[in-house]
Amino acid sequence: MTFETPHISVQNLNLYYGANHALKNINIDIPNKKVTSFIGPSGCGKTTLLKTFNRLHDSSLEVRVEGKVLLDGENIYDKNAEVTSIRKKMGLLSQRPFPLPMSIYDNIAYGPRIHGERDRHKLDEIVERHLKDVALWPEVKDRLKSPASRLSIGQQQRLCLARGLAVNPEIILGDEPTSALDPKSTQKIEELFIELKEKYTIVLVTHILRQARRVSDYVAYIYNGEIIEFAPTEELLLNPKQKLTQEYVKGFVS
Amino acid sequence: MNIRLIKDKLAGSTMLILTLASVLLAILVGWGLYYKSLPLLEENSVWDLLSSSVWKPSKGEFGFFAFIMGTLWVTGIAIVIALPLCLLCAIFISEYAHPRLRKIVVPVVDLLSGIPPVVFGVWGVLFVVPLIEDYIAPVFVDYPMGYSVLAGGIVLGVMIFPLIISLLLEVFSAVPKEMRDASLSMGATQWQTVKFVLLRKSKPGIIVSVVLAVSRAFGETIAVLMVCGSVIMVPGSVFDPGYPLPALIANNYGEMLSAPEYESALLFAAFLLFVIIFLFNAISRIVLGRIKRKIE
Amino acid sequence: MVFATVIIVGSFFLIVGTIVSKGFPALSWEMLSEIPSGDFYMGGEGGILNSILGSLYIAAGSSLLALIISVPIVIYINMYLKKSSWMGNLTRLGYDVLFGMPSIVYGAFGFTLMIYLGMRASLLGGIVTVTLLIIPIMVRTMDEVIRTVPKELFDASYSLGATRLETSRVVLKQVAPGILTAVLLAFGRGIGDVASVMFTAGFSNDIPKSLEDPASTLPLAVFNQLSSPVEEVQSRAYAAALVLTIIVLLISISARVLSKRLSKNKI
Repeated sequence: MTFETPHISVQNLNLYYGANHALKNINIDIPNKKVTSFIGPSGCGKTTLLKTFNRLHDSSLEVRVEGKVLLDGENIYDKNAEVTSIRKKMGLLSQRPFPLPMSIYDNIAYGPRIHGERDRHKLDEIVERHLKDVALWPEVKDRLKSPASRLSIGQQQRLCLARGLAVNPEIILGDEPTSALDPKSTQKIEELFIELKEKYTIVLVTHILRQARRVSDYVAYIYNGEIIEFAPTEELLLNPKQKLTQEYVKGFVS
Repeated sequence: MNIRLIKDKLAGSTMLILTLASVLLAILVGWGLYYKSLPLLEENSVWDLLSSSVWKPSKGEFGFFAFIMGTLWVTGIAIVIALPLCLLCAIFISEYAHPRLRKIVVPVVDLLSGIPPVVFGVWGVLFVVPLIEDYIAPVFVDYPMGYSVLAGGIVLGVMIFPLIISLLLEVFSAVPKEMRDASLSMGATQWQTVKFVLLRKSKPGIIVSVVLAVSRAFGETIAVLMVCGSVIMVPGSVFDPGYPLPALIANNYGEMLSAPEYESALLFAAFLLFVIIFLFNAISRIVLGRIKRKIE
Repeated sequence: MVFATVIIVGSFFLIVGTIVSKGFPALSWEMLSEIPSGDFYMGGEGGILNSILGSLYIAAGSSLLALIISVPIVIYINMYLKKSSWMGNLTRLGYDVLFGMPSIVYGAFGFTLMIYLGMRASLLGGIVTVTLLIIPIMVRTMDEVIRTVPKELFDASYSLGATRLETSRVVLKQVAPGILTAVLLAFGRGIGDVASVMFTAGFSNDIPKSLEDPASTLPLAVFNQLSSPVEEVQSRAYAAALVLTIIVLLISISARVLSKRLSKNKI
């Protein structure tokens, strides 16, 4: 499947983890301002693929990446590519929320601050706006100075989302962001994703097919380091073309 | 390029220099000691120095055998005392003890680790030496002496308790709880779980702990010096006095700078300690790497 | 096992008990507040204030110096180097060796170096030697603490576009209690070590007024007085040992309390 102006375009990507060929010749276009989900059994490489988008493998010695990942047409694995500005364009939500070891306020303000925002009032405004974006503001507005670690897990995950939004990214990467959350918090996060795709491109790794169906526009099925099938959500989940996909989504009754 | 990245790079290279310089320090120490012991090495063969037990600085005869044996005796006794006790204690703390009890024992062990060597030495003089002289040694030998390699070994053993225990506890805590649960849920007793899961899984860590403890014990100076008698002889039994290498340096260095050959001999002793500790660490790292690869 | 634990815990109380029972009777306000008089080592008037202060100066100075040197090193091997790179491994091996090196070797090396540089035994010499001695302690302790930081925390900061330097500030915040423990641990080591300062700090009956003055230290005071034949001087050694023990225990305990307090922002 191709799109006219894909936001991220992966071309002939291979990733080796030591001797292990973890991603095999990946080619995929991530459409602009849509939700794209990667599904597949655990260990299939879906998280690994997600992390290649903002070069989080850089710090591992064993990982070798070949091929291209084009972000708005520019290869982020180019020698001259500047990794911090690439990462700034993408917010990351990990499996478990990881608030930074500071107050709620400072968590949100951290990103803008390192990117040069010093104005107190502007920071206040940014913090408030993004906490509102993730519907956390009413819950925390009276205790912005208390440590982020005191929030519940669900609140922490929304805080992490707000923290990511505060650096004005274009893309949100979610690595099974609801896997540690209770159903209610999960629902909140999912609702947020549906709201946020107006403004952001969202890439989601999930192993919950229902979640993929609820929030995403497109779904890619990954198996054993390869993309088996990539199609609009309903099509892939209800009417898959490939035999491997059929086996995986078999039993998925909507 | 923006200023943040320049800062990042600049800080990086500064830190690199600092890191390299500090590693270089290890090499510099080794090389410096070697360089200083050259005058001695030119006169005598290494083998003679290590195997002779004649120590007559005034006549230019330097045999290190007695000192090496003194060090080995004291270290050996310390490890024999400390290792079994610490292993049992660490197993108890990590597997059996009630959390409330653990909260008492662990801090005490930490406090013990903070006590300075010289205080251990004083304790040795006040408590261990009389204990040996009056109660233990008379049972075995005719002319009991408190100041002995046994006293040195006991003091040193107690000194390395906290080091070994904290290392072992760390090693044990690295074994995932699920692994123990798996064993217990198959009907294994607590002790079987300790034996077949905990100890087997943490073998490399235990080896490293012992190596670190041995190398610490090797170099301990003051506490041992205060209780082991400082008589130049090859100890024949645990009740004989001994004269370990570090004590040799501490007792004589600083006063003997007028005799270059003597100074050279003392720095050779320091060089010996350096080499032994270097080899210990290097070998344990290699062994560890091997074992790790095997497990994977 | 219970028996082994009792022995080990008991040994601590035995040591402290021995020192207190022998040292307490000899302890007096005069001991703490005065410097030694001329015939102090023959049983004359005076106290060990010079040694107490000398030790505190040396331990504080070297802890500070070592902290300034260690933090960048730990950050470099954890944040700038890739995981299990050869350079990181080499550095860690180097520090294992330095960590295991006996303090007497540092003392001998430091003194040789000082002669080479034309320095004489002084407060500065003591501080530099003790710094060398405790850097490995700090680096190893902090390295261990930083390695327990979950990788995701690094990623969280990186994914906001932070550089390694900026991320390391977050990490330092996370491990602040660990760093404090490392510093206090090193301080305790520094204040209690004799062999490294034996030759390098010298000995003096006065309180050092500048870095070039020789400085007496508490452990050395214990060691020297213990070997005296005069009984009164010997009991002073016990008192000095008691003072040293109290200082060190206070440091250990405050390290625990402080590190608990500081943990509040930790995830």
